[in-house]
Amino acid sequence: MPDTIPRNSVGLVTPQTRHFDTPLTLDCERVLSEYDLIYETYGKLNTDHSNAVLICHALSSDHHAAGYHRTEDRKPGWWDSCIGPGKPIDTNRFFVVCPNNLGGCKGSTGPTTINPETGKRYGPDFPIVTVADWVRSQARLADQLGIERWAAVIGGSLGGMQALQWAIHFPKRLGHSIIIAAAPKLSAQNIAFNEVARQAIMSDPDFHEGRYYEFDTAPRRGLKLARMLGHITYLSDESMRTKFGRELREGKINYGFDVEFQVESYLRYQGDSFVDRFDANTYLLMTKALDYFDPASAADGDLAAALKPVQAHFLVFSFTSDWRFAPARSREIVKALTDGDNPVAYAEVEAHQGHDAFLMPIPQYIKLFRAYMNRVAEEIA
Amino acid sequence: MPMLRPDLEIISQWIKPCTRMLDLGCGDGTLLHHLRETKQVESYGLEIDDENITRCIQSCVNVIQMDIDTGLSDFDADSFDYVVMSQTLQAMQHPDRILDEMLRVGREGIVTFPNFGHWLNRLQITFGGNMPVSRVLPEPWYATPNIHLCTLRDFEQLCAEKSIRILQRTVVNSAHRTSPLMHSLPNLFAEIALYRFQRG
Repeated sequence: MPDTIPRNSVGLVTPQTRHFDTPLTLDCERVLSEYDLIYETYGKLNTDHSNAVLICHALSSDHHAAGYHRTEDRKPGWWDSCIGPGKPIDTNRFFVVCPNNLGGCKGSTGPTTINPETGKRYGPDFPIVTVADWVRSQARLADQLGIERWAAVIGGSLGGMQALQWAIHFPKRLGHSIIIAAAPKLSAQNIAFNEVARQAIMSDPDFHEGRYYEFDTAPRRGLKLARMLGHITYLSDESMRTKFGRELREGKINYGFDVEFQVESYLRYQGDSFVDRFDANTYLLMTKALDYFDPASAADGDLAAALKPVQAHFLVFSFTSDWRFAPARSREIVKALTDGDNPVAYAEVEAHQGHDAFLMPIPQYIKLFRAYMNRVAEEIA
Repeated sequence: MPMLRPDLEIISQWIKPCTRMLDLGCGDGTLLHHLRETKQVESYGLEIDDENITRCIQSCVNVIQMDIDTGLSDFDADSFDYVVMSQTLQAMQHPDRILDEMLRVGREGIVTFPNFGHWLNRLQITFGGNMPVSRVLPEPWYATPNIHLCTLRDFEQLCAEKSIRILQRTVVNSAHRTSPLMHSLPNLFAEIALYRFQRG
């Protein structure tokens, strides 16, 4: 953390955990008899409980979206660029809730949790969870927090898919759905990348069919590869060129297979630091949730028909250099919304950072996001 | 409510209440906002400029950021009662194709454009030998976004070739006033033309 807490930071935050003992039937038809959800909140819930905003996280993030856990933390939460006093999701005006999704590895029930039925960690026995399952579990958290209706449900990437699912699943329980750098379903190419990531993990000799905890090990090499691969899809060709180019670590070619180019060093670092903080079984589950997400499938592939029940107003963002979920993918969502006469604003933000742009303080993005959130705040004032 | 720009005022008189409209190049969303408040018109605006997108979002207008030169393929046929394009036709890469697109997605089209046949423009070219600069065409030739200027006659000829039926025409000067002279010789005296049209 910086020596003094910046005025636009939510400062030190402490996660909270709720236990749920009403069984939750999942899309895979298996039942979680009980589970925990860990979450953070920022700002204050107003007296009529109308200023709550739900933040949905992406593949590898968690409930720690803003502020710092400890004074010695080097980095704030993953979306500190957008959440805080005076920031687009202004904690002076909104009560912000960000849970870690089921299947996660940061405190919500997931593969690393002890299965009450066996007394051992779930590991590979943890049921496959879907975006709709997450939305249902988040709705139960809302019930417990006394939030009947979210002012907005907001997310980027896989988080944006949850914001879309919320609007379909609980049309009356949100005023606005803000979908950033997302897609209405994965393309074959997206699924292909996920499959390579899964194969990297599952073919690691330390994977032990997902029961690696029992062997006191982890498929570190596989998870590292999966993360390195994922990271390439988060950046753009241009941002990699700007960041690393063909720069050599030692200034010369060594005719060997050690790290030579800066980009190799960067990817290895990203991979190594990831395996220390993330669980391989959770990674497998999250990629499956992505692959399975396809709300249009409930309406024979017609997204506009699947969106019939929605009542929310929508804001959709895409970024020009994002090739993981390119602007055309966001426009599929926008098209389905306009086909059904739903209120929607769509911005295609000029950005060179690729898919990761949604986490960055890009001026035009922040400006539009703030303008939209002002509207949301004025509606509930 | 603030006063509407006079050409937008004329357009808004042409639009029936409780209809659906698409505004191509909606600017800061003034027309859409006005029509929603006064006539319950449901609408979307297409715009490319970042500043205008921000203003549309501030005034709760349904704005979609896209380049209309790439076409309207994101919209199905007959999705709208009206498709409006004000002061943008002359800046399009393919004005003829966008007219087709307007009448594919909408029942009626409305366009406004500066009349290049205005006598002052003719005078500047004929006697000055320069590309005209005027109140409605303020930029010099090298900086103008207006790459496909036309006269009233040009526009009407194109409509005839495409079997587009003109339903209504209004001509005004840059102060958006009209005069008997303008009515008798519109191609010479109108500075701005407004047309409402449909498939023939």
